[in-house]
Amino acid sequence: MNKPTLTVSSSPHLHAKTDTASIMWSVSIALTPAVLWGVYVFGIRSLLVLGVSIITAMVCEYFLGRLYKESTLWDGSAFLTGLLVGMNMSPSIPLFIPCIASVFAIFVAKWVFGGLGANWANPALSGRIFVFFSFTTPMSSFVAPRTLASVLPDALSSATPLSLSKTAVSGGTLGLDGSSLLSSMGYPATDLAQNISAMTGISAFTIDTFLGNVAGCIGEVSSLALLIGGIYLLARQIITWHIPVTYLLSTALLSWMFGGIPSGLGLFGGSFLSSMFSGGLMLGAIFMATDYVTSPISHKGQFVYAIGCGFFTFLFRYFGSMPEAVSVSILLMNIFTPMIDRYIIPRKFGDTRELRKKQKEARA
Amino acid sequence: MNKGSKELTKGFFKENPIFVLMLGLCPVLGVSTQVSNAIGMSAGVLFVLLFSNIIISGLRHVIPPSIHIPAYIVVIATLVTITEMVMHAFVPAVYSALGVYLPLIVVNCIILGRAEAFASKNTIVDSILDALGMAIGFALGLTLIALIRELFGSGTITLFPMGDFSGVINIPWFYDNPIRVLSLAPGALLIMGFLKAFFDWNSSRKKDR
Repeated sequence: MNKPTLTVSSSPHLHAKTDTASIMWSVSIALTPAVLWGVYVFGIRSLLVLGVSIITAMVCEYFLGRLYKESTLWDGSAFLTGLLVGMNMSPSIPLFIPCIASVFAIFVAKWVFGGLGANWANPALSGRIFVFFSFTTPMSSFVAPRTLASVLPDALSSATPLSLSKTAVSGGTLGLDGSSLLSSMGYPATDLAQNISAMTGISAFTIDTFLGNVAGCIGEVSSLALLIGGIYLLARQIITWHIPVTYLLSTALLSWMFGGIPSGLGLFGGSFLSSMFSGGLMLGAIFMATDYVTSPISHKGQFVYAIGCGFFTFLFRYFGSMPEAVSVSILLMNIFTPMIDRYIIPRKFGDTRELRKKQKEARA
Repeated sequence: MNKGSKELTKGFFKENPIFVLMLGLCPVLGVSTQVSNAIGMSAGVLFVLLFSNIIISGLRHVIPPSIHIPAYIVVIATLVTITEMVMHAFVPAVYSALGVYLPLIVVNCIILGRAEAFASKNTIVDSILDALGMAIGFALGLTLIALIRELFGSGTITLFPMGDFSGVINIPWFYDNPIRVLSLAPGALLIMGFLKAFFDWNSSRKKDR
């Protein structure tokens, strides 16, 4: 018997190996450098925080999956949500808070709307915002990183550099930009950063925020580690450059142009680099804003979305009264995503302006 | 079950004004931060609904159909003004906590909705039963939402002070770690949505059986 040489089947004929699980696990791998750095500088307790949030997220996913009769436990989405929730927590957080955040993320933000792919808001961010506005004090008290622990005064280690400079500016300290403001308060810099600063002329504080030698959430202090993860994701073609680059650049540009106004430096007095590296911006831009489910489909739409994120981040950071600029602005743009997708439709192949005009005339 | 008791009990669960008819949600979302406010609001709604149903049902052959809505509003506004003055005089704490929601009972959909849908077509006795049932259903729903929001959102249960009892029960763990969002506006919408979903699921499950 000859084997049939021609197989007749319906499309699609080309298959890629990529599926939800491989994407989710790749993103988790991309987060590893930032996690390792966070665990290194904040100690073993941060591992406990991460573990609690991941386990809670997965247990919640298991039970809800049973309820909905879908098995999505091992596609990594719940693991990734839990990991991101944990990375958004302060290392000294009481452990019930990441639990609540994970449950909110998986249950309310994801499964209530129909599970993976049907959620309108990024689950991890919703969880973070929920617990942030519920438990504001523990969520905004931090510990000093190991690299600065001996030199950082206690009074400065319990807040992030961003909130410190914001408090100083609203307290009436004007005429200094972010890094000189912090050094005037006695915020120290590591020796490494001072050496690099002497060589390049970039302020030592900016270099420390880039490397991750500041107080902050477990996963978001080191822009360098997050950038390594981002480059890995770009190389694996899991994300495209459009959202992260546009988001970072628009925030940095706006901060440079107008960020100096609240601190009395006038136009073009803000800092370009440190606004890009501080806070949760890097984590948000690379890992949260690029969530497939909650970002626009077309590249044009992604530009609009990312510029919106950047604009609101800038606005909340310099003119808002609360922290959490990045989380809130990404959530806000998540809400706008369906609208962006509705109004910015990619051009169909072969579609031209003349053709559309003709069709319109034919209809009329 | 005879017709009278049916008119009374339908408001409790089957046609619960909050979770099934979805009427009068504005005060539900606004004043459900404390149990005592919820009870005060329910008392106000009970009074206004009962008397507006009685009066409108009594006048149902007198009021010309072309101006029936303004006529109802006049009746309801009079009753609300009475409630407001009584509350201001005797329970000033509840009065100030309810704030703008108390005068807003005038345009509360439950009152006008029951007047339009029920009292204008039925006898006074039926209207009284309907008003009682609806008001109790409203009270149950509102108090349930307020209980959940206050318990988790601020860790207390506020009732009225009586004798030695200060009126505030502190819940041990939640008092130190309140989930603050639930006592803010998003919490009202969240709890409301989840309870509505729960009751819908419950009634659809009963229907399937």
